[in-house]
Amino acid sequence: MLKRALKTWFLWELLIGLSVTGKYLFKKKITVEYPEEKTPLSPRFRGLHGLRRYESGEERCIACKLCEVVCPALAITIESEERDDGSRRTTRYDIDMSKCIYCGFCQEACPVDAIVETQEFEYATETRSGLYYNKDMLLANGKRYEVQIAANIAADAPYS
Amino acid sequence: MSVMDMVIQAVIWALEVLAITVPIALSVAYITYAERRVIGWMQVRKGCNRVGPAGLLQPLADGLKLFLKETIIPAKANKLLFVGAPVLALVPTLAAFAVVPFGETSLFGLWKVPHVMAISNLNVGLLYLMAISSLSVYGFLMAGWASNSKYPIMGSIRSTCQMISYEVSMGFGLVTVMMLSGSLNLSDIVHAQAGGLLHWYMIPLFPMLLVFFISGCAETGRTPFDLTETEELVSGYNVEYSGMWFATFSLAEYGAMILISLMTSILFLGGWYAPIPALDIIPGIVWLLAKTSFLIFTFIWFRATFPRYRYDQMMRLGWKIFLPWTLGWIFVVGLFIYTPGLDHIINFWLAWR
Repeated sequence: MLKRALKTWFLWELLIGLSVTGKYLFKKKITVEYPEEKTPLSPRFRGLHGLRRYESGEERCIACKLCEVVCPALAITIESEERDDGSRRTTRYDIDMSKCIYCGFCQEACPVDAIVETQEFEYATETRSGLYYNKDMLLANGKRYEVQIAANIAADAPYS
Repeated sequence: MSVMDMVIQAVIWALEVLAITVPIALSVAYITYAERRVIGWMQVRKGCNRVGPAGLLQPLADGLKLFLKETIIPAKANKLLFVGAPVLALVPTLAAFAVVPFGETSLFGLWKVPHVMAISNLNVGLLYLMAISSLSVYGFLMAGWASNSKYPIMGSIRSTCQMISYEVSMGFGLVTVMMLSGSLNLSDIVHAQAGGLLHWYMIPLFPMLLVFFISGCAETGRTPFDLTETEELVSGYNVEYSGMWFATFSLAEYGAMILISLMTSILFLGGWYAPIPALDIIPGIVWLLAKTSFLIFTFIWFRATFPRYRYDQMMRLGWKIFLPWTLGWIFVVGLFIYTPGLDHIINFWLAWR
C-alpha cells in the first residue's frame, strides 16, 4: 500500500519509461543513409531486366515467347523471324517497365537463362518513354551487369 | 524631457526588446533542431543531418521555407482577428522574459555591487509572469474563433481549457515558493536559494517542482498534454494558418517552453547558483542556461516517451489531483512555518525569518 503510494507520488512508472528512451538515446543508430549507404541485396533480388548472351557473343534468346506468355502484366512484346542461318531469333523484344510488376516469372520461365532480372533498381526516369526498354537496351543491360548476373545465378544454383 | 532624451530612451527600449527577441528566436530555431535530433536518437534514427554540417543549417532552411510560403487567409475568416491572433499569442510570451533574471554581474569589477541581469527587476516579478503568460490564451482562443472553421474552434477550446486549468495549480505551486522566499522578486527568490544544492527549493518543494513542471508541459501544450493538436483535430487551433503566421504560433509555443524551463530553474533549481558553492567561479548565467537546457531536453525527452492524455484524463489530473495536492502542500508548508517545534526544520530554507 505504502509502496504503491510512493511509486505513484514519485512517478515511478514514468521514470521507467524515461529510462527506456534514455537508454535508446545512446544506442547505435540503425539508419541507412541511402544514396551513400545501401542495404545488402539478395541474389534473388528482382530489379531491372537484361538479356544475356553466350560467351561466344551469340544471343541466348531463342524467341520461344514463354516469357511473353507467362508475363501477368503483359509487359513483354516479342516478334521473331528466321535468321539467315535458319535459327529462330527475335527481331523485337520490348519490356514496358511501367507495366512490369517485377514478379520474376519471365526469368523462371526462360529455358536458356536469357531474360534475367538484375539487382539494379536505380533507373527512375523523368519520362514514361524512358521506361520503355527495347531489345538493344536490354542486351546492353545484360552486357553491363553480366558479372553480377553470373555471380547471382551461381549463388542461387544450390537452391534452384 | 527633451527630444534627445526621448530618442535615447527609445533606442534603449529597442535594444532591450532586441536583446530578448533575437536570442529567443534563435534558440527556438535550434530547439526545433535539437528536438528532431534527440527524438531521432531516441527512436534509434539519426535525425536531420543533411542541411549543412550535422544538419545545423536545417532550422535556417525551415525558417526560409516558412517565410517564403504564401499566407492564406480564409475567405470567411475575420481578417483582423485572424492576423492579430498569432501576434497576441507571441507577444505575451516574449514580454514575460522581461522580468527573468539571467544572472548577476559586476561587469568585471566595474560595479561594486553586482547587478541583476534582467531587463526589469520587478518587485512583483512572479505575479507579472503569471499574469502575462496567461494572456497568450487570448491569442489561441482568437485564432480558433477567427478561423471560422470547426476544427480550429475545437482545438482552441481545448487549448484554452487546458491553459486555464493548469494555470491554477501552477499558481498555487508558486505560492509555496513565495511562502519560503518571502518575496515575489525573482532575483530575491534566487538569492534565497544561495549556498548549494541543499538550499534549493527542489528539496522542500519537490512535489511542487513536479506539479509546476508537468503543469508547464500542459501550459505549453507539450507532449503528454498535446491533445490540442491530435489527429482527429488535424492540428488544433492553427489548422487554417500557413507560412509565417503559422510559424509565429510555434515560435510562441517554443518560447513558452523556454520560459517554463527558465522559471523552473529559477524557482526550484537555484537559478544562477552552482550546486556546490565552490563552483560559483563559473559565471552564473552558464549555470542558469545549463539548467534550462536540461529542462528543455526533458521536455523533448517527454515527447519521445509518453503517449498522449485523453481530454477527460487531462482535466482530471489538473483539477482533481494537482489542485488538491498543491493546496495541501501550501497547508503543510504553512504548518511547518508557524508551528513551534516544527519551524526549525523549515528555517533552513526560510529566507525571511
